[in-house]
Amino acid sequence: MITYADACRIINESRGEAVSVSTMTQIKYWNAISQEPDLDISIGNAMSKASSVALGVALGDEDRTVFCLDSEGSLLMNFGTLATIAGMAPKNFYHFVFNNGIYAVTGGQPVPAPGVEYSKVAEACGYASAYRFDDIESLDSELPDILGSPGPVLIEIIVKAEPQGEGADQTWESNAAMPLQLRALRKRLTGTDDWGPGGPFI
Amino acid sequence: MINGVLHPKNVVAQLVQHGVTHYVTLPDSETANMYKALVDEPSITIVPVAREGEAIPVAAGLFIAGQNPIISIQNAGLYEAGDSLRGLALGIGLPLVMFIGYRGHNRKGDTPDSAAKFLEPYLHMWRVEHFVVESDDDLDRVPLAFDLAKKTNQPVAVAIGTEYAKVDSEAEGSEQE
Repeated sequence: MITYADACRIINESRGEAVSVSTMTQIKYWNAISQEPDLDISIGNAMSKASSVALGVALGDEDRTVFCLDSEGSLLMNFGTLATIAGMAPKNFYHFVFNNGIYAVTGGQPVPAPGVEYSKVAEACGYASAYRFDDIESLDSELPDILGSPGPVLIEIIVKAEPQGEGADQTWESNAAMPLQLRALRKRLTGTDDWGPGGPFI
Repeated sequence: MINGVLHPKNVVAQLVQHGVTHYVTLPDSETANMYKALVDEPSITIVPVAREGEAIPVAAGLFIAGQNPIISIQNAGLYEAGDSLRGLALGIGLPLVMFIGYRGHNRKGDTPDSAAKFLEPYLHMWRVEHFVVESDDDLDRVPLAFDLAKKTNQPVAVAIGTEYAKVDSEAEGSEQE
């Protein structure tokens, strides 16, 4: 069984200057090791939409590799995204799906149909390729070659569940942090700092 | 007085004038002819989504990458997209023009279609400013929407209150300057 921490570490080793769009439990592990915070955005305040935001970035900057660090609960909530991504077929898009079979943030309730194989669904939708890993050694050895192949690629990772109990962070600090992250990423990608304040948090 | 006709090519011309790069859409019957017209416009990329809730997040990603997208969805789809509107437009201060198909709208105000009845109250609830476009004569409202979105860093709706004219009949329509 693969841990979130190990999966994030291995993905980060092959990251280069890829944009990362992450969501749910993997956010804290990714943010702890990322060395490119200006290329990271965390979609904690819009569950299920990380893949859609990542698709937009990939279509908008075709020379930049884009990683989406998605989860199966979020993906189920926005399942049509697989067809949308397959239809646009961005060659720079790599869709990681952390699959633990539960809604970890809300305490560990099972997702509907925990046996869904998202890699097969992605293939059926028309992704260029899709993979499923449940051991860390295979993920570690095969990921560099996978990232050398054209997208869209879905990489499903079976991870050890980490259900949150009492004391889970419900402060929703991401509500306020996300607009700043998004502006930092736009500045990094475009070289301009032209996105002014707007909305309740900035 | 309105002439009652909204020609897609005139709307496309507005989008080109404002430097729109991507048209993120889930087509609906009211805007089908707009889609046909856009297929022939090389400067704008159509991004079809499978569900309306994807449109705003995709547009947000495009904007972050330096592009200038708009979205086009039906009013019923905007209701489905409520959490995206909250979290990834209003919440982040996204300057986004949203073309909303005003399904069921008529100028009498007694539509039996709840999709139409709820649109303007729904936009008011979210504090989203909007402009209604029912014909070519209303197209001067489109620049107002782009300007307001940019000035406020907030989403602004353009409610399309009529079906677009067929592309084939446009030769008979008046060109909007």
